[in-house]
Amino acid sequence: MPKQICWEDVEVGSEMPPVSKVGTSRSLVEFAGASGDFNPLHYEDDFAKAQGVGNPIIHGQCKRGWLSHLVMNFVGDEGTLKKLSCQFRGMDYPRKMKTMGEPFDGETWWCKGKVTKKYVQDGEHFVDCEIWVENAKGEKTTPGAATVILPSRGKK
Amino acid sequence: MAQSLITEEMKRVVGVPTEPTVIEIDKSAILRFCEAVGDPNPMWLDGDYARSHRYGGIVAPPTFLAAARLRGARPTVPHGLKRVLDGGGEWEFFRPVRLGDVLTVTTKVIDLTEREGKMGKMLFIVTETTWKNQSNELVAKAKGTSINY
Repeated sequence: MPKQICWEDVEVGSEMPPVSKVGTSRSLVEFAGASGDFNPLHYEDDFAKAQGVGNPIIHGQCKRGWLSHLVMNFVGDEGTLKKLSCQFRGMDYPRKMKTMGEPFDGETWWCKGKVTKKYVQDGEHFVDCEIWVENAKGEKTTPGAATVILPSRGKK
Repeated sequence: MAQSLITEEMKRVVGVPTEPTVIEIDKSAILRFCEAVGDPNPMWLDGDYARSHRYGGIVAPPTFLAAARLRGARPTVPHGLKRVLDGGGEWEFFRPVRLGDVLTVTTKVIDLTEREGKMGKMLFIVTETTWKNQSNELVAKAKGTSINY
């Protein structure tokens, strides 16, 4: 596991280590099963077309899970996530499966973030961040924000 | 004059919480969720690792509660619109969700607004969901927007 980050290690503008994600038709099925969200918007072509989105799209809550992965990697075992928000602005379309386990080559998404503010409140060391999921074109399909508490070297 | 989407019947739903649903946090569900989002953090998956670290045992990743099954009943807003998209929302986390926790969840509508969009009239429903654990401690709160059209 990487070294634990502390509040003193970040500045406004510090970037979170990015996390890459590949959404596939298989991962949509996995997420439907794991979450219990069986909206055919996420697995049936005709239904997705009738909904006006063209083709099945990645679950918004799955992308929220991607962003959680980004932030929790950043804060490490000793950091705490207090708030996470995101808006599902752009549709993200999964890669199709080439074999049972492998998708076709195609789009890779990146979860990224950077520090926008750091402050101490009620004795805790807070960091506010801008976070987002970016598609292969560099468009922020899922913009968001996170507030975390990091351990401080000064704290006993 | 165009009819508003928001009826008196719909307005009566605002502020009324759903009957609470009781959910148990189990290992298999956490594993399936982590596989689906591609998150291999041992704090959620490795009992030995988790026991020797901060929480003394496996905890669920923060957005695990976003799983539809863990959100309990949704308030019914009688709008009759056939299509819906998740607009996103804000989550607040108060306590960790531990393996074996028994959570109680309830949701209420807190706002209804309508907008004209490229797909016609759209109804925005904002809900607030609250989870408490078996000690009646507040665990998480989620405010979410659904876009109905």
